[in-house]
Amino acid sequence: MSAQRIGRLVWVGWVFRLKEMSRSGLFVFTSIIEPLIFATLTYYLFTAGSKPGTVLYSALGAGMMGIWSTTLFASGGAIQWQRWQGTLELLVAAPPPFLLVVFPLTLGSATIGIYSLTATLLWERLLYGLPFDPVHPLLFAISVPSLILGLGTLGLVIASGFVLYRNANALSNMLEFPVWLVTGVIVPLSLLPGWASKIGWVLSPTWGFRAVRNSVFGGPVWPSIGMCLGLSLVYVFVAGYFTGIFERRARERATLSLT
Amino acid sequence: MTGARIFFVGGLLSYRALFNWLSPWIFVPTFLIAPIFQILLFVYIGRSAGVASDKFYVVGNALQYAAIPCIFAMSNTIAGERFQQTLGFVLATPAARLPLFVGRSLPVILNGIAVCAFAFVVGGAIVGIDVPSSAVGPLALTIAVSAASCTGLGLLIAAVGLRVRETAVLNNIVFGVLLVFTGANVPLSDLPGWMSFLAQGMPLTHGIEAARRLADGASLSSVAGLIGAEAAVGAAYLVLGYALLRFMEWQSRRLATLESV
Repeated sequence: MSAQRIGRLVWVGWVFRLKEMSRSGLFVFTSIIEPLIFATLTYYLFTAGSKPGTVLYSALGAGMMGIWSTTLFASGGAIQWQRWQGTLELLVAAPPPFLLVVFPLTLGSATIGIYSLTATLLWERLLYGLPFDPVHPLLFAISVPSLILGLGTLGLVIASGFVLYRNANALSNMLEFPVWLVTGVIVPLSLLPGWASKIGWVLSPTWGFRAVRNSVFGGPVWPSIGMCLGLSLVYVFVAGYFTGIFERRARERATLSLT
Repeated sequence: MTGARIFFVGGLLSYRALFNWLSPWIFVPTFLIAPIFQILLFVYIGRSAGVASDKFYVVGNALQYAAIPCIFAMSNTIAGERFQQTLGFVLATPAARLPLFVGRSLPVILNGIAVCAFAFVVGGAIVGIDVPSSAVGPLALTIAVSAASCTGLGLLIAAVGLRVRETAVLNNIVFGVLLVFTGANVPLSDLPGWMSFLAQGMPLTHGIEAARRLADGASLSSVAGLIGAEAAVGAAYLVLGYALLRFMEWQSRRLATLESV
């Protein structure tokens, strides 16, 4: 495929995904209401706490938690919904590589996550008067898309499992809290056991979250952006490898249309 | 006798048929692993914020997680009939409505108790909390009452499910509201007055408070009032849910909305 056709496929898939998700009540809940619930919860948790300076940290963390929830739920759902609607077989049978068909779906999911971040920050600004003044506004504007790309490609890896396993959505639902934990989005990694924080090192959101946080509160941003993008590239290869295997097995077992 | 059969056998059959999370591939991650991670997340947030002890979060989240089976399963066992296109047949039967609807709650309550107890024991063991052995029995009672109370709310949502299609959205919203309001993670005294006031009418609020006191060594008699309040809240939701079910049944016959999915 030419670069132009790949670009067109990703663009059309991305736009279509955004339109499709905006019509799902369940998805609208996940991207709109759930982040506000966690923003409220973390606000009261940290204001009740005895440690100063943690409220702003948690406010930003709650916004980024929302991006992960949105990505996780919608990336997994990207395949599952196609299966339920009976279109998964058509997508697999289409001429372009299946990975290229799925990538804009997961990228679209992660893009919606920007709303979660914005809504959370606005919610905490308007209701609780928490200021949002990034130390490096330009780097913040760069680090957020990097985080989205990192999440989108991680979503691609997760989505590949859905091709083969019908009940993989239960597994993806289970991943929401653990990833929040090991990526340090709301709890500093120094509080976790050493082995747990090491898991976070190979997850692109860890570096994406760190880049966003450092751009807001100060600290080195570029190394984290570099790690996030580097891991994203690795995820694309991993997802490509697994998608090929899972797609073939699903064809052999004739499970693509099973719900 | 027929009523008892509808209550027990019918309830069990509907649970097995309609609660589509009973597959081990869904049940284990959703009911056994996810609550442990919820507990761990809030334990570490609690340590980071310096709000309360680990035991506070283990007890609060173990009980609050009962909301997942109690609300989702209860609404699925009734709203699921609509998706299976069997709701019309169920409502066309001459079976008494009380055992027909309320009987479906019994397996759900048992499911809620099992999930809650598992989360409490495993989450507590991982984090390392101490609970006096004398508290085990009273805690089991508190968990049972809390699960039943939450199932009452589930029945109310199930009734709404006779009319509203997106019950999954509603379930998720209710779960989130319970997470914030019931004191599972933020002490009620640290919430604004209106929130702690509303929490008094929500299931789990009193049960969580009672369980925390029991885990700290209080006697059953000293928390009897809280357990009684939890039971009263649950009973109120059960009555309200049953009444709404009957009303929605009548409405859906009148408006011919039974089969709309």
